[in-house]
Amino acid sequence: MKKYMLDMTVKECINIHANHCLLKLISDCTLPGTLPGQFVQVRVDNSPATFLRRPVSIHYIDEVNNELWLLIQKVGDGTRMMSKCRPGDRLNLILPLGNGFTIPPCTDNECKNLLIGGGVGTAPLLFLGARLKAKGHKPVFLLGARTQSELLQLQYFQAFGTVYTTTEDGSCGEKGFVTRHSILKSVRFDNIYTCGPKPMMKAVAEYAFSSSISCEVSLENTMACGIGACLCCVEDTREGNICVCTEGPVFNIDKLKWLN
Amino acid sequence: MAELKINIGKLSLKSPVTTASGTFGYGMEYADFMDIERLGGIFVKGTTAEPREGNPYPRMAETPAGMLNAVGLQNKGSDYFIHSIYPKIKDLDTNIIVNVSGSTVSSYVACAEKMAALEKIPAIELNISCPNVKKGGMAFGVTATGAAEVVRAVREVYPKVLIVKLSPNVTDITEIAKAVEAEGADSVSLINTLLGMAIDVNKRKPILSTITGGLSGPCVKPVALRMVWQTYKAVKIPIIGIGGIASWKDAVEFMLAGAAAVQVGTSNFIDPAISMKITGGIREYCDKYGFKTAAELTGALEISGNV
Repeated sequence: MKKYMLDMTVKECINIHANHCLLKLISDCTLPGTLPGQFVQVRVDNSPATFLRRPVSIHYIDEVNNELWLLIQKVGDGTRMMSKCRPGDRLNLILPLGNGFTIPPCTDNECKNLLIGGGVGTAPLLFLGARLKAKGHKPVFLLGARTQSELLQLQYFQAFGTVYTTTEDGSCGEKGFVTRHSILKSVRFDNIYTCGPKPMMKAVAEYAFSSSISCEVSLENTMACGIGACLCCVEDTREGNICVCTEGPVFNIDKLKWLN
Repeated sequence: MAELKINIGKLSLKSPVTTASGTFGYGMEYADFMDIERLGGIFVKGTTAEPREGNPYPRMAETPAGMLNAVGLQNKGSDYFIHSIYPKIKDLDTNIIVNVSGSTVSSYVACAEKMAALEKIPAIELNISCPNVKKGGMAFGVTATGAAEVVRAVREVYPKVLIVKLSPNVTDITEIAKAVEAEGADSVSLINTLLGMAIDVNKRKPILSTITGGLSGPCVKPVALRMVWQTYKAVKIPIIGIGGIASWKDAVEFMLAGAAAVQVGTSNFIDPAISMKITGGIREYCDKYGFKTAAELTGALEISGNV
């Protein structure tokens, strides 16, 4: 896929939680085609401690209004600066980057797809859910967080499929981790897609593997270039060290060395 | 409009702006963002005789105005380059220069010999300065005798343009530059990365899997510029300046200090089209100050008094 470097305009920057913001960007030109699971590299200006671009997964694409949404967790100076954007500000992005999740053929609309997200890792699953629904699938979301306020964007997920939740403190949905949710026992899924903290994804991968369910995970190794030039973001896979930015960020668990 | 064409020994470059090994892949990675054929040359990823897996992740740490890397020369080896990459890039209308690395003198020679046989590779850059490999690499580049030994052996099998990439992790870079010039190197490129380190205070652990790594980016520019200037006074062969170049002004500074050409490295990660902006800026600078050619910038630094 051809990559573009674009200046985009901030339409809204909404602080949806103390540690998270939703950034809605508008492109002057028609947005290039993108796949769920792909990411953008955002240049962060006016942040002296931020030298490299920040890789951020695509949260949602509104093709009608030419909007790109990013869900940002404020972890350091770079993401904090991004969360301070005001409407009208310009941001420079490189996109679309990486591969993307595998979407089952639309003829197979009986296929049961489970999208498991944790924390800010739920971000790419909204775009994936939207595309799955558009293809005639009925995606099921299983979203986990420490507490209710950290379950982000629930109303948007609900627009594209059934949503189940878990919280560690039991404030919303079932108490505990996503991998213990009762839906996993009551429904037989064909595909699992997951993105979130690595321990969560590893637990999901183990569950999928032991249940013989196809599973794709989205990795977020630290990156520099984002386009396969620097070889900094490699994951140690069954094919050796390969770039997460170009060969990923989405990997089938069969390719990883997570499972024995 | 000023003429940008410059020469590195027998090698003719349409512009003094080239891209640094390890930051520009094989050129194709950047083709969506710019016309890569407008570059003076592309120094492709470090290549070794045998495939190398490189170092374990994590390999990168961001620093103020720069980054540390510990990639460790991951590449699929010279045969893969010859059969799978060379056919895709050989017809590009720019100089494709292969960065040749090794762990022993014989492995440098083996790789250089293979590159000599490739018609469309007019030059190699001998990497005796990679700080991220345990054996070889920088070990050859930190003593004049080690540098001379590997250049002498490669010179015997490599008749085309031989550029030697120098390490800044030395007491006196001019000693190394003079040693490789004496062995017949056609040019020196400098600097490779500076050995550095980063620590995660929350985990109380090094960030890089290798503990130390190579520092690059704008933070190294003043050090690199100083070393280019010192080397310019010490050798007669052309110098390719590298180190934190992020604008046309940086590039002009390197040329005034004595560089015949420059390599743009880490800044490609922030702006993948930066090398084109630098090229345009050098031309405008030449026109503004009445330089008919970019080559006239080399060493045009004016120093007054008895310095």
